[in-house]
Amino acid sequence: MRDRSHDISMSRPAAGEAGRTGDWRNARPVMVAERCLAVRQGTVTCQICWVYCPDACIAQGVGPVIDLEHCKGCGICAEMCPASAIQMRPESVHGVCAVEEGER
Amino acid sequence: MSHAKTRVMTGNEAAAHAARLARVQVVAAYPITPQSPVVETLSEWVESGELPAEFVTVESEHSALTVCITASTVGARTFTATSANGLAYMTEQVWWAAGARLPIVMGIANRAMAAPWSVLNDQQDSMSVRDAGWVQLYCRNNQEILDTLVQAYRIAESLYVPVMVCYDGFLLSHTMMPVELPDPDTVDAFLPPYHPLTVVDPDDPRNIGPVTLADPRPDAEGVARNGYMEFRALHHRALLGALETIERVDAEYGAATGRTWGGLLWEHRLDDADVVLIAAGSLGTQLTVAADELRDEGMNVGVLGIRSYRPFPAVAARDALDGRSLALVFDKALSYGHEGPICSDIRSALQSRTGAPVVYGAICGLGGRDVSPADLADATRRAVADRAAGIVDREPDWINLHLEEDAR
Repeated sequence: MRDRSHDISMSRPAAGEAGRTGDWRNARPVMVAERCLAVRQGTVTCQICWVYCPDACIAQGVGPVIDLEHCKGCGICAEMCPASAIQMRPESVHGVCAVEEGER
Repeated sequence: MSHAKTRVMTGNEAAAHAARLARVQVVAAYPITPQSPVVETLSEWVESGELPAEFVTVESEHSALTVCITASTVGARTFTATSANGLAYMTEQVWWAAGARLPIVMGIANRAMAAPWSVLNDQQDSMSVRDAGWVQLYCRNNQEILDTLVQAYRIAESLYVPVMVCYDGFLLSHTMMPVELPDPDTVDAFLPPYHPLTVVDPDDPRNIGPVTLADPRPDAEGVARNGYMEFRALHHRALLGALETIERVDAEYGAATGRTWGGLLWEHRLDDADVVLIAAGSLGTQLTVAADELRDEGMNVGVLGIRSYRPFPAVAARDALDGRSLALVFDKALSYGHEGPICSDIRSALQSRTGAPVVYGAICGLGGRDVSPADLADATRRAVADRAAGIVDREPDWINLHLEEDAR
């Protein structure tokens, strides 16, 4: 009988399932380490950003590490961080999308 | 076969018996209008322990089909039933069930769409979702409802496509007639267990139905994956493959129980017929009465019944109609601003064929308007007269329409 495993859309969960979604982003989450509770306490604590990231782009750690290849820049981590340790900064500042390019 | 029992029952009870014989594991239903007693009967059997299944009561038809989708994804055999606006309400999930290739079987007691409110019969509800990628089979009587529902699980689970078994509201759903219940062992032998395509394993998790981009591409593990269009083409091929499967399953069911229903199409006195009357569902049975009456008057009239509407048996219909003079298609539904859906499909099947009959349409029975065999015979006489007058293009004949402004 024919192999039917490709008849339906199904795959193993893995980073990058929807492609390189980091280039959808117009604002980048930037961690201010001295404010992060995990960094300040020197242990894997809080991790609320990891809990709330809807795209599993944050790895637990001291402090948590954001995967910018795949982060779409939704800003939920910055909203949820109790210590305001994550700031959303426009991508244009980082030169990923040049300001001139956007204005053309 | 030796243990088959015959009982008098409604179409809804016949549908419930079929689900029980198929040993469905999950039944989900919204119990209020436009639901019909089919799920009420199943809920009684689940409550009494006669049917070892989960009966999930939900807050809407949308959720009823969603429960079937999730249960079918993890490998359960599922059943639900609905009608009219209930089917319309679940439309989003009707498409999901098909695209996810889940072999859900759903009974449709065909009823008219609101507005205005009606609970009575026509076939507008299921016709309106004909393009969603489900197999649609239409039944003539309560025995055919039971037999077709059992067959539907075989068809669905061998092709991974969902199946709607459509039966006329009230005319069949609430009308009692004798139905032979096959022996459970016969059905068990006919219906092997369902093996899902999906993998649901907490130790080896999968994304099921994730965002699928336009083009084929390797997934994150490097495995080549189809794009949206490839999945749709495979789905379409499965539906076309159902043309063969429906015929074969009907024949195998016949070998097991002694009853077959014509596979894709059925016919009545068609051999030498010059005029062919076409319909789906119980209207087809009424057409056989009209045809017999017209035969007695010396007209060469036969009937071609549509059992499988999706997939549409275009080649079989073309072969059956080749060389006839007139095909008169009776629709209990309408594509507003155009014509009856079966009429359109018959026309397209015959397109550009030399020797194909002239096709006329007729609209009847909307919202439960009575259609008698005498009405159908009258419509046939009018059509034969128009054909004799050389009319090729004709507006659909609205049977039993009583508009004051037409009278003025």
